[in-house]
Amino acid sequence: MPVNADFQGRSYPPSGPYAVSAAGIAAFADAVGSDDPLHHDPEVARAAGHADVIAPPTFAVTLAQRCDAAYVQDPDSGIDYSRVVHGEQRFVHHRPITAGDEVLGTLTVDSIRSAGGHSMITTRTELTVEGEPVCTSTSTIVVRGGEGA
Amino acid sequence: MSIRTAAETRAGDTFGPQTVPVARETLVAYADASGDQNPIHQDEEFAKGVGLPDVIAHGMWTMGAAGSAVSAWAGGADRVVEFGTRFTKPVVVPAGGAQVEISGTVKSVDPETRRAVVDLTVTAAGDKVLGRCLATVQLD
Repeated sequence: MPVNADFQGRSYPPSGPYAVSAAGIAAFADAVGSDDPLHHDPEVARAAGHADVIAPPTFAVTLAQRCDAAYVQDPDSGIDYSRVVHGEQRFVHHRPITAGDEVLGTLTVDSIRSAGGHSMITTRTELTVEGEPVCTSTSTIVVRGGEGA
Repeated sequence: MSIRTAAETRAGDTFGPQTVPVARETLVAYADASGDQNPIHQDEEFAKGVGLPDVIAHGMWTMGAAGSAVSAWAGGADRVVEFGTRFTKPVVVPAGGAQVEISGTVKSVDPETRRAVVDLTVTAAGDKVLGRCLATVQLD
């Protein structure tokens, strides 16, 4: 089944809340090789004006991908996840994601286009905490066309 | 870590290259921390079965490593206000591990907002693996 273009423009109700923990931030920071004390030491983070340790700049993708699930796992979307590769990713941070945050994410399917037998899908997730925006994560995935696509 | 200032930063300034090792264990740690358990990033047999040369790193691991490098240069992870990239080539991680090289060039500095745009170059085995990898950082 090809990717369903009818989903373009669709917005989903907010999903979450997703709890952000200091341990989750530390594990992510270690995995991406960051020894920035802002991820590991709450006193350093507070001295820099944060409520607790803060996440690395790409951590938001872990929350955005949980919000994406409602769309990409919907059989009607026509997305064969085994054919998906990540094409582009962009973050606009309004303030750092911080341990203790309870994050809600609102997903919008910004565009669905076809090129060279592949489908390119751009989704945008607005992440908020207590109604305040914290990060806009925009992702383009490529669904590779196969036989009969 | 000291915060970089806009006054000390000029278009054309560079940092790196910094060499970052990436082992299979790194990818397992990233999978666990991120929740992305796609077997192409951990299971050699599976990866080769779907036509890949070997296990490949998560694109988001590579972007994350570039984020760590630009955060350290700016003086803190809270300094990165915008960050985007295209994933142009996979980082192939054989059983013995691999490495990526990360360097940055300041494209512009806005003295009013004290924000700088940094162009990051990330290569593996001589190939550019990220395209148009740009970070906007808030300097002091």
